[in-house]
Amino acid sequence: MSFDVPDDRNYLESHEWVDHGDATATVGITDFAQDELGDVVFVELPDEGDDVTAGEEFGVVESIKAVSDLYSPVSGTVVGINDALHDQPELVNEDPFGEGWMLEVEVDEESDDLLSADEYRDQIE
Amino acid sequence: MSLRKPPLREVHAERGASFTEFGGWEMPVEFDSIQDEHRAVREEAGVFDVSHMGEIEVSGPDAAELLQRLTTNDVTALDRGDSQYSMITDDEGTILDDTVVYRLPEGESAEFLFVPNAGHDEQMEERWTAHRDEWDLDADVENVTDDYGMFAVQGPDAPGLVADLADESVTDLSKFEGRYATVAGARCWVARTGYTGEDGFELIVPAEASETVWSALECQPCGLGARDTLRMEMGFLLSGQDFDPEENPHTPYEAGVGWTVKLDTEFVGRDALERVDAEGVDETFVGVRLVDRGVARHGYEITDADGESIGEVTSGTMSPTLNEPIALGYVATEHADPDTNVRVVVRGDSKKAKIATVPFLGENR
Repeated sequence: MSFDVPDDRNYLESHEWVDHGDATATVGITDFAQDELGDVVFVELPDEGDDVTAGEEFGVVESIKAVSDLYSPVSGTVVGINDALHDQPELVNEDPFGEGWMLEVEVDEESDDLLSADEYRDQIE
Repeated sequence: MSLRKPPLREVHAERGASFTEFGGWEMPVEFDSIQDEHRAVREEAGVFDVSHMGEIEVSGPDAAELLQRLTTNDVTALDRGDSQYSMITDDEGTILDDTVVYRLPEGESAEFLFVPNAGHDEQMEERWTAHRDEWDLDADVENVTDDYGMFAVQGPDAPGLVADLADESVTDLSKFEGRYATVAGARCWVARTGYTGEDGFELIVPAEASETVWSALECQPCGLGARDTLRMEMGFLLSGQDFDPEENPHTPYEAGVGWTVKLDTEFVGRDALERVDAEGVDETFVGVRLVDRGVARHGYEITDADGESIGEVTSGTMSPTLNEPIALGYVATEHADPDTNVRVVVRGDSKKAKIATVPFLGENR
């Protein structure tokens, strides 16, 4: 099976992605991760204004079969969360790199462990 | 230790299944999506490979006596072709395993067939032969787990689907009744039993015919993931998870299956269970519905509304049918009434919940 790994993002080994915008970055989990988890039924995210730290947990994703911690690829302040996931957690399965995004963060610092798309592809192959 | 594989391991892999270890077996957990598979069973039909379940044949003049003395239910109540749900208990009345005991038709190679849970077949074979020898009974015990595959075809459309493939009539079978029938050319034991709360059959299929029969059962293939969510909606026990003689010891009365215990029969654990029946139970198996958002999982603490610990979750999921989190577990009996307000501690957060009646889906299933 081949998984979508967009070239314009960076990745963590723990299967989160970060998309660097101008002022803020968007964070979510990868196509590979959503496939491993199966049907996502619940996503627990921080509140706007909370701080997240690169490499540390920022939330939890529950699928029917498992619960997994979410790790932040960046340090900074949460300026937006994807409210749609409250009622439609399945968006994480359907569109992990798009409508299934999780956080918008005003970035202070990036993780030292970010992978390029090629490096992440190697990891999941 | 290497994992035991069902006969169709490679066929399932081809079909895109993901696998999990369960009871020492490598079994398909998901073919497409647990929710889709679950829905197919509730609304149409789904087929499960449950070849990890054990099959043990018992024959000989004392076969009934041996089973009677090692299971809680009354084996003598079974007509030929009938089956019953039963518990296997130790001296103290603790559940070792739950099982279905089939009394086979006349002229078959064995009198009885019983189905212990995955990974328990060898232990039960030993238990049966050791007690047979101890009690000096004339019975043969044969563990035929590796000779057979087992498929569960479940859902409102399941009876018609199996009937179309069978040379003999099967839809006239009543609940818990079975017969040998030729399905897709193979002689199978076809029983109207299951673990989903839906109508349907369980087929015990010669290992060499597994692929032919599996391929002929054209409906949604389902993995252990959906099997788990379906049985949880019904409040059915899962061996090793909702009870376990080592980690989670319970009597049938605590586990809500006291109805399988026939105290007017003689069996290992009877005297202990008679005392439990007379004294009542301190802990009771209940359903729990979470009011707050979150999913309860095995091992999570249940507290009363004030935060005092009253029990533990043994199984939990997001119910695909109800689209709300449900759980099963044990609580102190005084908190076991439906609608009692309780809390479930989900990763440190105390979530509001209520004791619920099981099955979660209502009685008419």
